[in-house]
Amino acid sequence: MTRPGPEPTARVVEGDPVRLPCAGGPLLLRGAAVVETSDGVRHPTTRPVSALCRCGRSAIAPWCDATHKLLPAADRPV
Amino acid sequence: MLLPSARGPMGTALHALLLTAAPTSPDAVLPPGLAPALDPAAAPDPEDAAQCLWVLHELHYRGFADVDDAWEWAPQLMTLRQGLEQDLERRLRERFAAGWEPVDSADDASALVQRIIEADDAPSLARHLQRRGTREQALALLRQRSLYHLKEADPTSWVVPRLTARPKAALVEVQFDEYGGGDPARLHHHLFEQGMAAAGLEPDYGHYVGEATLPILEQNNAVSMFGLQRRLRGAAVGHFAAFEATSSVPSRQLAQGLRRLGIGEDMAGYYDEHVEADAVHEHLALVGVCGALVEEEPGLLADVALGAWTCLDLEARTAHDMLARWDAA
Repeated sequence: MTRPGPEPTARVVEGDPVRLPCAGGPLLLRGAAVVETSDGVRHPTTRPVSALCRCGRSAIAPWCDATHKLLPAADRPV
Repeated sequence: MLLPSARGPMGTALHALLLTAAPTSPDAVLPPGLAPALDPAAAPDPEDAAQCLWVLHELHYRGFADVDDAWEWAPQLMTLRQGLEQDLERRLRERFAAGWEPVDSADDASALVQRIIEADDAPSLARHLQRRGTREQALALLRQRSLYHLKEADPTSWVVPRLTARPKAALVEVQFDEYGGGDPARLHHHLFEQGMAAAGLEPDYGHYVGEATLPILEQNNAVSMFGLQRRLRGAAVGHFAAFEATSSVPSRQLAQGLRRLGIGEDMAGYYDEHVEADAVHEHLALVGVCGALVEEEPGLLADVALGAWTCLDLEARTAHDMLARWDAA
């Protein structure tokens, strides 16, 4: 498969959270926000800091469930 | 919570003392039955000694309904606690020295903790319960875990006032989430309480200490000691980071195992919450807390490694012990 890029699998459509990318892992959002997945569904954050999946394999997408750790290093997000 | 049943002669002597009124005189002395705790050559029974230290630590958390609150700071208990903690710390440091290479003072704290985690090859209780474990095994593990989960995050809160601004802000950001972000219904140890009740277990704080294994008592005592001793704040945050960074994947496996075994949606939901929460906490703990702490206090790097390694070592001891009890190694 192609290596996921630095962008998460959902985009922020409301709010202005601080963005903290984690090497090989998710994009952290500090602060309230609403993200939208490609199917048009909107997901509000529910915690002070949220982790957006960037590997595309999370079972609780758009949020991170640490599945990236089980992937070979070459398949983890940049 | 009432005092638990003593595990041996040291516990019997300690409980007899605690059931009296706390002394008002600073020169009160320890009864002879507690002398082995202060004598390195006495070799008291490990479970007896470990439960005594657990009882002494609990005086600083929620105490016991049958013990005078004024015992918390009684000078002779400080002497006793110091003796038992010195013995525990010596053992933890010896295990670390035997199990991990000397720490390079130029190393990056976050990268070092991640290497310690990557080197961990212990068997996983979560994977066992996800795939093969029985309902009785799952309930037994929940009773063991209840010692910590019913006061989840509390031992780490002792560390907060000992930190400078950057690691403190990062630690409190995680703790705020652990404590439900202002909503008691989302507070993690409260979720565990509800999960226990729904699973037919007794959710009272400390209820199952009497059946806690030695590795479980050591896990709890280590995290309390790291939290209560300002000197060991590096170990406290190292332990915290290793714990948070190794929780998300096993929590998913446990949630699946608990659903497979029909233990109850509430308890599975507790672990679901940790899948999502700890995927966030991991990064804040590694970089925001450990990384920032060591940048500000470089001399704490070796203790950060000690705490992280100890967290995984005590979990490995717990896993080996439980799997051997279940004949599932």
